[in-house]
Amino acid sequence: MSNIASAFKNGKAFIPFITCGDPDLETTGKIVREMAAKGADLIELGIPFSDPTAEGPIIQEANIRALAGGVTTDKIFDFVKELRRDVKIPLVFMTYANVVFSYDAERFMARCCETGVDGIILPDLPFEEKDEFLTVCRQYGVDLISLIAPTSADRIAMIAKEADGFIYIVSSLGVTGVRSKITTDISSIVKVIRENTNVPCAVGFGISNPEQAAKMSEYADGVIVGSAIVKQIAEYGREAAAPVGEFVAKMKAALK
Amino acid sequence: MSQSKGRFGVHGGQYIPETLMNAVIELEKEYEHYKKDPEFNRELDDLLKKYAGRPSLLYYAEKLTNTLGGAKIYLKREDLNHTGSHKINNVLGQALLAKKMGKTRLIAETGAGQHGVATATAAALLGMECVVFMGEEDTKRQALNVYRMRLLGAEVIPVKSGTATLKDAVSEAMREWTSRIDDTHYCLGSVMGPHPFPTIVRDFQAVISKEAREQILEYEGRLPDAVIACVGGGSNAIGSFYNFIGDESVRLIGCEAAGRGIDTFETAATVNTGRLGIFHGMKSYFCQDEYGQIAPVYSISAGLDYPGVGPEHAYLHDIGRAEYVPITDEEAVNAFEFLSRTEGIIPAIESAHAVAYAMKLAPTMDKDKIIIVTVSGRGDKDCAAIARYRGEDIYE
Repeated sequence: MSNIASAFKNGKAFIPFITCGDPDLETTGKIVREMAAKGADLIELGIPFSDPTAEGPIIQEANIRALAGGVTTDKIFDFVKELRRDVKIPLVFMTYANVVFSYDAERFMARCCETGVDGIILPDLPFEEKDEFLTVCRQYGVDLISLIAPTSADRIAMIAKEADGFIYIVSSLGVTGVRSKITTDISSIVKVIRENTNVPCAVGFGISNPEQAAKMSEYADGVIVGSAIVKQIAEYGREAAAPVGEFVAKMKAALK
Repeated sequence: MSQSKGRFGVHGGQYIPETLMNAVIELEKEYEHYKKDPEFNRELDDLLKKYAGRPSLLYYAEKLTNTLGGAKIYLKREDLNHTGSHKINNVLGQALLAKKMGKTRLIAETGAGQHGVATATAAALLGMECVVFMGEEDTKRQALNVYRMRLLGAEVIPVKSGTATLKDAVSEAMREWTSRIDDTHYCLGSVMGPHPFPTIVRDFQAVISKEAREQILEYEGRLPDAVIACVGGGSNAIGSFYNFIGDESVRLIGCEAAGRGIDTFETAATVNTGRLGIFHGMKSYFCQDEYGQIAPVYSISAGLDYPGVGPEHAYLHDIGRAEYVPITDEEAVNAFEFLSRTEGIIPAIESAHAVAYAMKLAPTMDKDKIIIVTVSGRGDKDCAAIARYRGEDIYE
């Protein structure tokens, strides 16, 4: 049983995302601890990539800030190791295939295992390409998280059947970012997932306020929020931990 | 079990968001259908012949040959196509395919603007909406092409993210495609990106070598000893190579943009300086740092200013079937000027990279040897930039 399952034992899961090293790793550490204290059930840690093709402008800019600050994959592993001394909730990386590939997938997963990273999300690694990393992920106990999109249609069952950790349901077409409305029929997607697996599923992309979070949690086991948090980090910089913590508490309270 | 598609050795594949998977699966299915459809092929041949002006000339550059004093040089004149480059070959194919698929809108990325202009042209002709993504830096370097695209009815969106050049335009076009798939076809301009694009674009560009092979057999009664073309993503090069791949006596030479030199950071010579990686939907060679961050590449040529190379080229390099040589800005500019003066042909600065290598190679070969150089585009668009390179400020 993966450690990620424990994130879904405390009611509906609230899953915040932040980019490591935005604006520096010390701030990232403060924000992660504050989010964990305020009810985050699992945290997605972004390893910045120069060309994040699945991200909207808010997270693109966070990637630029982080890389400009000099953060690297090695520094992030060291950071997670330090974080793990007191942060116990599941942590998953979110990055791009080339970051893992160029580090050497086996070396990357071995370090995830050693430092205490429970899973990895790679938005540019669809079902057809997952064998690229799946064997080493399983060897080192790192869950390779599957994504399901509004356009997945006949692919949902196939993806769900082989899913590990949790399933990331992409709520909307397009890239990450704050959206005023989510029109995808999430409940039908969840229904097909449920027919094929017991792995929990969480909805992300575009969710930015407690009302949307509450609505999405009616259908899914968890809610993922990235851009709305990263936006606050852009605004408050090194002082972002407190406002982000308040936001996390509000969002977690809204989940049903 | 999952199954990866569209491999050229270890290269290729489909490294894209799940949101796009059904779109590329549908595209592959429709392409497989239409490429065998006589009606589709008749329409495409008709457009290539009556609209784009094919076949393009294979011109014996006698004066260039005599001046260099070695192998006979033939120029495959893709610069004479409608819109002024080889890009129209692929665009007419993809636009026609998109229209058959019921799409009403084309999106495209462009570097120098040649592919953007070609896409805007096809969209105008076939009555489709068109949006072109172009790095903001390139919209300044190639202001005339921005105007041409708008004149043709396309919307041009300057891309400000990253280095604001071709790679960022590709990223932004991909982002746009994930947000609007139903009515939109992404008309990718090179033999890159996720399967089936490298195959589709290669098939539509293969007309270059299909014609060149027939033409050289007609003129010389034998195959050439070398075929030379410039390589950014690599569409005119793969088109120039494709029908000669089986002819082992024919050397295939791709010319990469070395920028200020392959021993500097200001280069875009991917095969010569890059490493295996995964980006823009494909596994191939990319200019990148030790952590896999994509490098900000540089070339005087906006069309070759890309940190990757098409997967089939990466494969041809791996198996040793094609050679990839670096050509610096300075060498390309010299060739740009040299071809203009000796033959009265102003090549695109991209194509001048291929001419530059022919200038090195031809004098080392016997006079009975034959080289074909693909002039992928015309150089009018580059005159102002080359003048600036030579320290002369002119207004377009």
